Amino acid sequence: MTANGWLQIIVYFVVLTALVLPLGRFMARVFEGERTLLSPVLRPVEIGLYRLAGVDATREQHCISYTIAMLVFNAAGFALVYALQRFQAVLPLNPAGMSAVAPDLAFNTAVSFTSNTNWQNYGGESTMSYLTQMAALTTQNFVSAATGIALVIALVRAFARTSAKTVGNFWVDLTRCTLYVLLPLAVLGALVLVWQGVPQNIGPYVDATTLEGAKQTLSQGPAASQIAIKQLGTNGGGFWSANSSVPYENPTPLSNFLQMLSILLIPAALTLTFGRMVRDERQGWALYAAMSAIFLAGVALCYWAESYGNTNFAALGLDPANMEGKEVRFGIANSSLWAVATTAASNGSVNAMHDSFTPLGGMIPIIMMQLGEIIYGGVGSGLYGMLLMVIVAVFVAGLMVGRTPEYLGKKIEAKEVKMALLAILVLPLFMLGFPAVAVLLPFGLSSMQDAGPHGFSEVLYLYTSQTANNGSAFAGFTGNTLWYNTTGGIAMLFGRYFVIIPMMAVAGSLVAKKTVPASAGTFPTHGGLFVGLLVGVILIIGGLTFFPALALGPVAEHFAMLTKSTF
Amino acid sequence: MLRELRPALVLIVMFTIITGLIYPLAITGIAQIAFPHQANGSLLVKDGHVIGSSLIGQTFTDGGYFQGRPSATSGPDPTDPTKTIDAPYNAANSAGSNLGPTSKVLIERIKGEVDKRKAENANAPVPTDLVTASGSGLDPDISPDAALFQVARVAKARNLSEDRVRRLVGEHVQGRFLGILGEPRVNVLALNMALDRLAPR
Repeated sequence: MTANGWLQIIVYFVVLTALVLPLGRFMARVFEGERTLLSPVLRPVEIGLYRLAGVDATREQHCISYTIAMLVFNAAGFALVYALQRFQAVLPLNPAGMSAVAPDLAFNTAVSFTSNTNWQNYGGESTMSYLTQMAALTTQNFVSAATGIALVIALVRAFARTSAKTVGNFWVDLTRCTLYVLLPLAVLGALVLVWQGVPQNIGPYVDATTLEGAKQTLSQGPAASQIAIKQLGTNGGGFWSANSSVPYENPTPLSNFLQMLSILLIPAALTLTFGRMVRDERQGWALYAAMSAIFLAGVALCYWAESYGNTNFAALGLDPANMEGKEVRFGIANSSLWAVATTAASNGSVNAMHDSFTPLGGMIPIIMMQLGEIIYGGVGSGLYGMLLMVIVAVFVAGLMVGRTPEYLGKKIEAKEVKMALLAILVLPLFMLGFPAVAVLLPFGLSSMQDAGPHGFSEVLYLYTSQTANNGSAFAGFTGNTLWYNTTGGIAMLFGRYFVIIPMMAVAGSLVAKKTVPASAGTFPTHGGLFVGLLVGVILIIGGLTFFPALALGPVAEHFAMLTKSTF
Repeated sequence: MLRELRPALVLIVMFTIITGLIYPLAITGIAQIAFPHQANGSLLVKDGHVIGSSLIGQTFTDGGYFQGRPSATSGPDPTDPTKTIDAPYNAANSAGSNLGPTSKVLIERIKGEVDKRKAENANAPVPTDLVTASGSGLDPDISPDAALFQVARVAKARNLSEDRVRRLVGEHVQGRFLGILGEPRVNVLALNMALDRLAPR
């Protein structure tokens, strides 16, 4: 660890925190339907879209119709992404002559991009045509992100409103989020990335003759536009196979800093949007504080583990700091910081290969995903996951003092707690259940690249990442098989929609409740005590559920490494 | 459910047009005008031929060139396209080794690299980045230490003084952005092109 490494981490956190307030307030204005700076340009487009779609923007939806609208929209998106992959060979914008994507891979990819996961069992430059990358994948990077944000806004309204029936209009939230929040940020981000060196063209791959006379094919494409939104929308799917470690995808330390910032920007700012919409910004800051405490602890541990490095390197007389799978321009500090940020959010893009991290350095990303990606989390999904955890935390606090728990003036009763727990328990079912089955099957085992405990970590990482809709991988693993494409697709579907449905049930129940005024007996949910309790509940639930599996993989491998064992 | 069908279909088509076609193509148009060099891959052209990209690393095997980091990329086998073979710095198939920290294959590969480097320069410790594969397999950079480590070999092969080559390396060290972000580094291709200009062969 170096002083400069810590300085980079601190600068990152300070800049992120400084942006929470302006962006959080801006998003609150967008979702409360107010005029913004961008309205003169975008309002006509917005109205035009409603007219074409037959949407009455003033008509709000009940919780169930809001959820159904979301599901129908996602199903339509799924069908389109699947079709574009299957027919890409006969469609335009395919200068590299890519053939149709196989059905199981196309299914996995379509689920992956509509569920905001961006798990990639394919290599972009060797599988997808430019049209597929733009019209199928880039589009989903926008609308799957907007879907998540719309959903959390519905839940926030359920907390903010008293004795109401409706939680907003899905089509309005989706449209306003895409037009006013995601599109302007993406345009800005894409242009900065091109300036830093990310290609943006639709020309053919370039054949170069290197200095030593060898042939090198330089793959090209409309990359910057996709990369900007892949980070902002916590999608994470790389234009190139090795994602943001590829110099074309992430050329400089500045592009790296801005991409890392984009990963957490919207999820972090949504905490303030929440505070603003429930008319008490302190409530948002309390959630931000709880998230930041766990995030910074994770960064410190990961940075320490990667700097401490690999004992097997030291035995060869090398500096043990782990540079395998990392890029020189980023070094240890930026690679560790990115790994934690991308898994705290449900982003999943990488600037270094997590599979080659040290055992403990690679365990931190797994833990971040297993906690449910609520440490800032995915756009929207992180905050609604965190609010479900808040329900459990105030329930625990209520049990301790023998009082009906309340949050923001809403009584939290049996129905809300049951639904919150249901959503929380879906994750371990698929994160642990599928690996348990996979390691018993010969075609489950044959995909492992590494022997020993690391092989198990690869399987655990795969299902953890897909269930949590993250999309990063221990990428030595061969995920593109019939078994893993199918079960992974199922894990992504359940990990996304079977958290959303109970969450929307909570919203439906809460919105109808009246708000009770705070009294002397009310447990304040904006102070240090609440933040501590929340962090404790998150760590206890996560720890009890996942520690045994982690002991078999990363922890076992760590002790093996210390004795200089190899497998 | 049926009343939601029309907005679902209309909006997915409209957003595909707006975010999937207009947005990337408009960015392409602006980028081609404002930053044509970067937008087309930061290509380096010498005597009318593309010799590579300043952002993408290349393989250097000749002792008279500085060498980059090991690369784990692969490519199709020219004799049997169903198989893949090692193809370092294949810029159409980026990849790291993805080998885990206790992998026997990894440690043996690194040991082989270390032995090779020690044979070439026994006077300095081998820099870790020079014997570990990068994440992309296309890392254009090495650490300043890894460049200095190779000075003696390059100077001898080029009939230059070590001081002159060391000065050339010093001129090619890129510092951190604003003194804070990233790590100091040397772009191998740029250094080797300067070397060719200094002592043409």
